[in-house]
Amino acid sequence: MRIKIIIFFTILNFNIVNAETFLVDSNKIFKNLRCLICQGQSVADSNSEFAQTIKLVVRDQIKDGKSEKEIYDFLIEKYGEWIVYKPPLNKVNFLLWLLPYVVFVAGGAIIFLLFKKRENR
Amino acid sequence: MLTNIGNTLLFLNIFLGISIIYFSFQNLRNKKVLVSKNIYHICLFQSTFIIICFLTLVTGFIISDFSIITVYQNSHSLKPFFYKISGTWGNHEGSLLLWIIILTIFSFLFLLYNKNHPKNYRLYSLIVQNILILGFLSFLLFNSNPFSIILPTPKEGLGLNPILQDPALAIHPPLLYIGFVGSSIYFSAAIASLLTNYSGRLFAHSIKNWVLISWSFQTLGILAGSIWAYYELGWGGFWFWDPVENASLLPWFAMTALLHSLIVLEKRNLLYFWVIILCLLTFILSVTGTFLVRSGILNSVHTFANDPSRGLYILVFLSLMIFASVLLFFNKFKNSNYNLNSNSKETFILINNWFMIFYLITVLLGTIYPIFTEVLTDHKVSVGPPFYNTVIIPTVILFLFFMSVGPQAQWIKNKFHNLNLLFKILAASIFINFSIIYLFKSYSLISNFIIISAIFLVISSLIDLYKLFKTQKMDSSRVISHLAFGFLILFIGLNYNFSLEKDFNLKLGEREKFENYSVEFKDLRLEDFKNYKAVIGEFKINNSQKNLDQSLYPEIRIYENPSTITYEASIRSGLLKDYYITMSNIDRSDYYNIKFQKKPFMMWIWMSVIFISLGGFLRLFKNAKKDY
Amino acid sequence: MQKKIIKLSILLLIIFIIGVFFIGLNKNSIYDTKGLVGQKITKIKLDHFSKNKTITEEDLNKNNFTLINFWASWCGPCRDEHSILLKLNKEKNLKLLGVNVKDKKNNALEFLNDLGNPYDYLARDELGKHSVNFGIYGIPESILINKDLIIIKKFIGPISKNDYEYIKNIIRK
Repeated sequence: MRIKIIIFFTILNFNIVNAETFLVDSNKIFKNLRCLICQGQSVADSNSEFAQTIKLVVRDQIKDGKSEKEIYDFLIEKYGEWIVYKPPLNKVNFLLWLLPYVVFVAGGAIIFLLFKKRENR
Repeated sequence: MLTNIGNTLLFLNIFLGISIIYFSFQNLRNKKVLVSKNIYHICLFQSTFIIICFLTLVTGFIISDFSIITVYQNSHSLKPFFYKISGTWGNHEGSLLLWIIILTIFSFLFLLYNKNHPKNYRLYSLIVQNILILGFLSFLLFNSNPFSIILPTPKEGLGLNPILQDPALAIHPPLLYIGFVGSSIYFSAAIASLLTNYSGRLFAHSIKNWVLISWSFQTLGILAGSIWAYYELGWGGFWFWDPVENASLLPWFAMTALLHSLIVLEKRNLLYFWVIILCLLTFILSVTGTFLVRSGILNSVHTFANDPSRGLYILVFLSLMIFASVLLFFNKFKNSNYNLNSNSKETFILINNWFMIFYLITVLLGTIYPIFTEVLTDHKVSVGPPFYNTVIIPTVILFLFFMSVGPQAQWIKNKFHNLNLLFKILAASIFINFSIIYLFKSYSLISNFIIISAIFLVISSLIDLYKLFKTQKMDSSRVISHLAFGFLILFIGLNYNFSLEKDFNLKLGEREKFENYSVEFKDLRLEDFKNYKAVIGEFKINNSQKNLDQSLYPEIRIYENPSTITYEASIRSGLLKDYYITMSNIDRSDYYNIKFQKKPFMMWIWMSVIFISLGGFLRLFKNAKKDY
Repeated sequence: MQKKIIKLSILLLIIFIIGVFFIGLNKNSIYDTKGLVGQKITKIKLDHFSKNKTITEEDLNKNNFTLINFWASWCGPCRDEHSILLKLNKEKNLKLLGVNVKDKKNNALEFLNDLGNPYDYLARDELGKHSVNFGIYGIPESILINKDLIIIKKFIGPISKNDYEYIKNIIRK
């Protein structure tokens, strides 16, 4: 019975979660772009000329119906990968994305093996 | 005159450091049981001199003695008194002196407080620690000497960067240094332990209070840095995964893992070599962090001014430290048999370590990866918040559940969990989450999981707290820290999902309306202050629904020494939320760019971290009462 | 044996990481969008400064080489490079396209009156949006392109004497 109640609430809970809006969020993009003339600030946080210009360009592209990925691709084409804070998945960066998960699995495996040893006695 | 005093004391301390090492080796070889008295005396002199040396530099700042190079480069006669003092450590050379003070004082105190432990272990700790001290002293004297003289004496200083003139930033380095510089002492103790085969429970007992001290202060230091970033840097965030922030977080992960493993070592005499690895790792990470931040190898918001020779020295020092400790460890490592039940407290502590190491490696990887891509492929990449958030956040869900269940587990073999209770807590968490969504608004799937698991941890900790209260056992430190951590994640999750950010351009007199809020640009005036001019804007914020009517006054400050412009956010901090406005001018236009933010629960985020650290201090005082 | 391999690999890994740090120390390069070199510029649509027309690829296709220079009257270093631009104007194989960025028309004209007009084509980018198409992030910046509109070199900051020699070598071949 208790399990049923929990399942009921769980389903209810997640049904309330709205479907993701499909509007491109300009603020999210600004936060993912580096202000190239600042020392470690995003376009969202910076007040510099460059940041203001990029904001205009990104807003225009959103109006033109470009997707988030298209906007990033455009900016990477013009300014290099350094401008985006989320490293795109490619030959150079795949290690960066892969290694943490490898470590996570390895850690779990080590702990698991520690018990295997005990069980085998 | 001050420079002479300072330099003399520094050279004296090098001599004292060498004599400590010499006398310690002598003492090791003789058959006496006790550490010889003159070693204590030399250590006392060492600490006294370095404190006087530091106070000399502080004096130089207070009286604005510009013949001292550090004072000249980082101060100005018009600077407010409090910031003249904090300017002492707000620069590379001065902060190195702070490093050395912590290294020295901890060295002496560790010697004093370990009288119940074997002489050779204590002496080797002292020797290794003094090697570290000598390393930093020579770095200071020969590369980054704050007491270098400038002739002729300049009439005025270059001033301290105005964004560093902030109370949170003033205490941030001292707090942080007691943290990760303090970890040097258990690095040295770990090496001493390997050399003298002094292991197990007794070793754990020797270092545990030091780990607690450094962990608690490190937590507070990180908090101070975040508070500074929030109030001062003007973007409304408190964590940016910037290399400097990561450099303070990496030792914290190692310390937290160490803190937990020490419990196992002390209680069950297991995991000795793992504890050693963590001891060595923490300080190695501290020095690595220092290297990354001061060498100029990484680009960051708040780096010190850069100088490649510094980087070279620190890297050489770091390499020697790493090779020496790794080779010694390989030499002394003995495989032990573990007899762990999969359902036991030991396992849950290992799980904590597993997650801590995972976070550590993720953050380390993200921070140094750009260096590798640039060196190996001539390609510049950025690794920022999206990377860290994507990798780390999902695992936090699991981590919070383990944190709730782990402490309940018993040693060696856990009796059957109270599954019933766990299900009830889970149901309650889901219900509360559902209520939040129903009453306010919904959020992403991941946020749901995070908030549910955070509430789960909070409820389990509250139940624990109640149980403790009933049985009148006063060991509340663990519960407080875990409870506070649950709250921290909860409030961060809620803050993230219920924040409102609006970026728009306004002219004086105009008003912007959005989502029941209206922001009116009411006034603009110019004011003169002691060391800057300010353009102050008045913004009236209204919310018809919430009966809100407040004014905020963001500023654009124009400083002369050094010539900088800063944007001061105007923040109205409330119990439930903060209102946050920054204003910046748009060149060649009458418009100002306004960023308005509503940030819920900021106060609670800060409070949660304070309570996490409080748990550490509580445990420390309890231990101190018991032992001394 | 297995233990020895593990120990050795850990040591090698540490040596590798420290080695990269050593090299990284010296490498610290200033960011420049040199990755653009070799790319072809497309979608050029710049408003002409005074006349009511647009400058597009067709205008630039005719030249053997074009130097696109981004400038403004309020930009100090732009004054420094101006004399070199005037010299470059005399080169036969090279045309200069000046893009006046985020500037007021009067100020720009005054600037050119005072210091001379080295540009064969003059365009304006009032909001600075078009300069993003060229990978510009600061002023002054210049791009040297050839007949096929392929970027040969980017110059960040004012054009120096060395840059001038470099350009001369390229266009005179």
